[in-house]
Amino acid sequence: MRIAAIVCTLAWRNLWRNHRRTLIMLAAIAVGVWAMLFMTALMRGMVNEMVRDGIRALPGHVQIHHPGFRDDPSVDKLMPPPAADLLVVLGGEDVVAWASRVKVPAVITSERDSRGVTLIGIAPDEERGLSFLADAIAEGRFLDSVDDTGIIVGRKMVDNLETRLGKRIVVMSQDPDNEIVDRGFRIVGIFEASIASYEEQMIFSGRGTVQRMLRIDDQVSEIAILGEDYRAVDSLRDAIAAIAGEGRAVQPWYTLNKYLSTMLGVMDGFVLIWMIVVFLALSFGLVNTLVMAVFERIREIGLMLALGMKPVMILGQFVVESLCLLVMGLVSGNLLAIATIATLSSGIDVSVVAEGMEMFGAGSVLHPELTLTDVIRANVIVIGLGFLASLAPAWRASRYQPIEAITRV
Amino acid sequence: MSAVRCVDVCKIYRQGEVDICGLDHVNIEIEAGGFVCLSAPSGGGKTTLLNAIGGLDRPDSGEIWIGDRRIDNLGKSDLADLRLRRIGFVFQAYNLIPVLTARENVEFVMQVQGVPASERRQQALEILQEVGLAGLGDRRPAQMSGGQQQRVAVARAIVSRPEMVLADEPTANLDSHTADQLMELFVALNRQHNTTFIIATHDQRVMRYARRLIRMLDGRIVEDSLQNAA
Repeated sequence: MRIAAIVCTLAWRNLWRNHRRTLIMLAAIAVGVWAMLFMTALMRGMVNEMVRDGIRALPGHVQIHHPGFRDDPSVDKLMPPPAADLLVVLGGEDVVAWASRVKVPAVITSERDSRGVTLIGIAPDEERGLSFLADAIAEGRFLDSVDDTGIIVGRKMVDNLETRLGKRIVVMSQDPDNEIVDRGFRIVGIFEASIASYEEQMIFSGRGTVQRMLRIDDQVSEIAILGEDYRAVDSLRDAIAAIAGEGRAVQPWYTLNKYLSTMLGVMDGFVLIWMIVVFLALSFGLVNTLVMAVFERIREIGLMLALGMKPVMILGQFVVESLCLLVMGLVSGNLLAIATIATLSSGIDVSVVAEGMEMFGAGSVLHPELTLTDVIRANVIVIGLGFLASLAPAWRASRYQPIEAITRV
Repeated sequence: MSAVRCVDVCKIYRQGEVDICGLDHVNIEIEAGGFVCLSAPSGGGKTTLLNAIGGLDRPDSGEIWIGDRRIDNLGKSDLADLRLRRIGFVFQAYNLIPVLTARENVEFVMQVQGVPASERRQQALEILQEVGLAGLGDRRPAQMSGGQQQRVAVARAIVSRPEMVLADEPTANLDSHTADQLMELFVALNRQHNTTFIIATHDQRVMRYARRLIRMLDGRIVEDSLQNAA
């Protein structure tokens, strides 16, 4: 303890022998840590927004399907509406919202043109808390009830079909007996989505209306469930899978949307690489500072060794000096990053590159998001790698022969 | 009992392609409580012998004993321990750790030894008073004169009551008045505490204080004589 005290005292005072050099190094570490955290927060914010948008696009956090539905999303891969025991789970605290839907391939035809689409029968009240649709109505109205006979189509689809709000269109599909079924709908709403392809692929009507058109009674294609946090959906999926039984496929969003989950993984890797690259740039400065300190203090090192200080204490002195520098730099960098992110909490407008951002599935306003995990990871990387980087000069200092060091000119 | 015994000690340095004999079959025995000067011209071997006795340098052959312990075959860690607990050092220059105050410099050896804070503080203040530096304990080396710095180094060397103090040209950077003061301090401490002093010097004024004078030339002892100290 007493030896630790003298080692720490020497390290701390030596750190401030050359104020300017120490302050420059501190500033470099602080800016480096700030850059690590701020860029990470920006990327995290962008990815989180992409995931949230993706989840709001319809999938929710967990979905229940007929086991064959994902391979062949046709009208004969249906299932009954949620049974009483499943309704109990869906009404639990872990579930924020849920919706059951009918989802079949169809053809939409206007007076001018026809297109292949996905016809989705929804319960409007269930969708309000779960998907983007209710908030994306740009013209007209949202659906009133499951029996609403109106249809909502995307802006791009309206343009493609050369139709407009209030006009009638015809939707054709198949019933479970492979008979062609069709129905006329009036366009009651036009939606605009952040992802253009949604506007060209999806059309929505009341679930009951679609069920009657397809002659499938009250059967549904999928049940989408929204939990509290998209990062922690496994327990929700397990709870639902236990009730739904083996005859149902219960899948989390990251299985349903491989693009998003892959993007999330890529971003995690990118964040780690970014942190290490920034640190490597920092470590050159750190090692240089310590090497300079060792060269400047060779005679003192020799003196301390001559007086009986063990080499490990010399090594400890330089390591503690480096750690003091790193900790101070980390604290400053963390505070700077937190302050910057708090200042920009309302978002950063990147509308000048909005088209590019849309390609990624992100919006034109970036909201930096700093997670505790990222802060811990950045701090551990700086302290851990900083410790390793400081070992070389510290080791060198501890290896001097006292008499050689003390007589060094 | 002898404080130091060197038996047939040899040390050869290599400078480029040339071998230089630092110590050439040196045999000496210094009694406990002795006050000895090692005198030689530059390169004569006095510092080499002092370093070998202090465990700072290892001889190529021969034996060195401190008290009843042979030290020429000890490992680094044991040598560090020996220096820490049994030997005090005063060097020519760069004697003090610049970031520590005079008191902390004096406490340094005790702190590494593990002496409790209150005890070492009290001892440091007492010894600073003894060397005439009472009231200067909070000054850093840069705020003190060369003579004061050497006194702090002496205080540090003797504060933990080592068996011997090895001083290498301790007065080299001091004016004659300060050098005399320092040597009188050495003599007083030698008498008071019976600490063995071995001083390497080529300063005639310093040699006057020694009771035994060992002259060296080219790594060999050429004269070993007792004398009346000043």
